[in-house]
Amino acid sequence: MTDTGMETPLTKNIRDDRTPMTIDEYERAGGYQAVRKALSDMSPKDVQSLVKEANLKGRGGAGFNTGMKWGFVPMGDDAPQPKYLVANADEMEPGTFKDRLLMEGDPHSLIEGMICAAYAIGASVSYIFIRWAYHLSAGRLRKAIAEAYEKGYLGKNILGSGFNLDMYVHVSAGRYMCGEETGLLNAMEGKRATPRAKPPFPQASGLWGKPTIVQNVETLCNVQHIINNGADWFRGLSKTDDGGTKIYGVSGRVNRPGAWELPMGTTAREIIEEHAGGMKDGYRFRGMLPGGASTDFMIDEHLDVPMDYGEIMKIGSRLGTGTIIILDDRTCPVGMLENLEHFFAQESCGWCTPCRDGLPWTEKLLHAIEEGEGEPADLDRLEAHCTWLGPGNTFCALAPGAVEPLQSGLKYFRDDFERHIKDKKCPWR
Amino acid sequence: MLSQEEKAEIDKELSHVPTKQAACLGALKIVQAHRDGWVTDEGLLDVAEYLDMSPDELDSVATFYNLIFRRPVGRHKIFICDSVSCWITGYKEILEHLHKQLGIRPGETTPDNKFTLLPIPCLGICDHAPAFIIDETTYVDLTPDKVEDILKEYD
Ligand SMILES: Cc1cc2nc3c(=O)[nH]c(=O)nc-3n(C[C@H](O)[C@H](O)[C@H](O)COP(=O)(O)O)c2cc1C
Ligand code: SF4
Repeated sequence: MTDTGMETPLTKNIRDDRTPMTIDEYERAGGYQAVRKALSDMSPKDVQSLVKEANLKGRGGAGFNTGMKWGFVPMGDDAPQPKYLVANADEMEPGTFKDRLLMEGDPHSLIEGMICAAYAIGASVSYIFIRWAYHLSAGRLRKAIAEAYEKGYLGKNILGSGFNLDMYVHVSAGRYMCGEETGLLNAMEGKRATPRAKPPFPQASGLWGKPTIVQNVETLCNVQHIINNGADWFRGLSKTDDGGTKIYGVSGRVNRPGAWELPMGTTAREIIEEHAGGMKDGYRFRGMLPGGASTDFMIDEHLDVPMDYGEIMKIGSRLGTGTIIILDDRTCPVGMLENLEHFFAQESCGWCTPCRDGLPWTEKLLHAIEEGEGEPADLDRLEAHCTWLGPGNTFCALAPGAVEPLQSGLKYFRDDFERHIKDKKCPWR
Repeated sequence: MLSQEEKAEIDKELSHVPTKQAACLGALKIVQAHRDGWVTDEGLLDVAEYLDMSPDELDSVATFYNLIFRRPVGRHKIFICDSVSCWITGYKEILEHLHKQLGIRPGETTPDNKFTLLPIPCLGICDHAPAFIIDETTYVDLTPDKVEDILKEYD
């Protein structure tokens, strides 16, 4: 825990062993003040405008301005009811483990953020859609929700304001597509998690046809701090134009894999060297996926780029979830890509042909190259897939995300691909 | 036929959703938990009838998800993460070791019906890779030696 917590609002309550605060401890640390403030001093529209001004971008990967998204929800007496808020706690993006830290370590923080967000859009029912693997988080959230009901932060007429909100934990039956916001809605309705056509957008017609906001866990955990401390404070936490702090993580062959809350726009070099303790002895850095499996590789020359939404875009990648996966020099990039495309091929929902058929094809081509059975034309075939599966050709963002590491891998590790084909074997074996 | 206990648990799921279908995945998980860890055709029909769904529609949902089992499984399920961070840090070594100790490959069950080995996408524990979950217990920073000790805890 840090001294004041003003610079690390998301993790200030999180203990080293992640034992969460009880509701009394949480309140003593300033918890639920934002709920009091919002419900007594602010209108829902005030909360929306404040969050918009803070430039809180969605932490689930797409980076859309959160307050702006809430602005599309029908408000007023004739708005359809009930409206829903869903916390997206599916976190199945390979290499990503940041939301787990927040939920295990400080479950009340997610609940408080959700109450504030639900108030802002006038939602009366909320769900935490959580992946099955997070047993510990789900248990802690259930306990914290029960405490919040007992204290009157959830339920009918919260703190005498007339605002009602129920909250439930919904455990997923498991599939990457459940994290895609409209796939998630179908999963919650008891259907296959295929995506829905947009428009209509969920803000207007989501769960059971009612206005629905789906928001990432980390996004929601910021809301109460913006209400307590203001938009200027929030923007000031960041080193760049995108507001706030960010939970960054590192996995792979580094000395101290982990996750840390740092100013938005911290460089990959600082994250890897100072926080993750640098590369392990005997391993050299070759490249990294900056924010989960579906982001483009970055290499040495990009290590000083601020890790935010806008700056990483300029070098052809995406911040994604902000959890870095490191490729070291003793790991074969072709093998790594085969593993990634295996994941995407398996998790494709099968709704559209290019993704359903194209992704297994890329996996097969990569497998052949890795086994020493590739031919030079395979590289052209892989390149072609990167185009065909790119943005605009498929129903959802799974396929375009799947080819991001592939297209950049082909660019940065071309020599390695060619060596596999020429030597008819994987040089790492 | 659904047991009273199964019905009571499914009714609880139904209490916080506006349609019966919305409780179907929860109901399948409940039936699976009460009946040897997997959903038989009979179990599927029971749930379909209770929730007013056609069996075909329910099966199309059941087979979409990673954690609804429509085939027999062992008493304990080993969910081994086969995604990128675990792959980089030694997934294959752990898989080989499991094969050596249990004689099973992914998707298979030991002859004594004790373990089923199931590969699963990223478990979100990448800072402590490689990892697996047995039933509901998470094991991290795995090494072959560790795996040997862990397996001894189960019967
Ligand atoms: C295949 C796929 C999987 C996704 N998985 C997640 C996820 O697990 N968690 C998440 O917050 N967003 C996920 N997203 C992004 C969501 O669609 C959505 O943009 C996000 O939940 C919105 O919340 P935010 O604006 O707070 O980021 C996924 C997107 C796709 C295409
Ligand atoms: S892109 Fe893939 S995952 Fe997305 S809808 Fe099409 S088939 Fe399904």
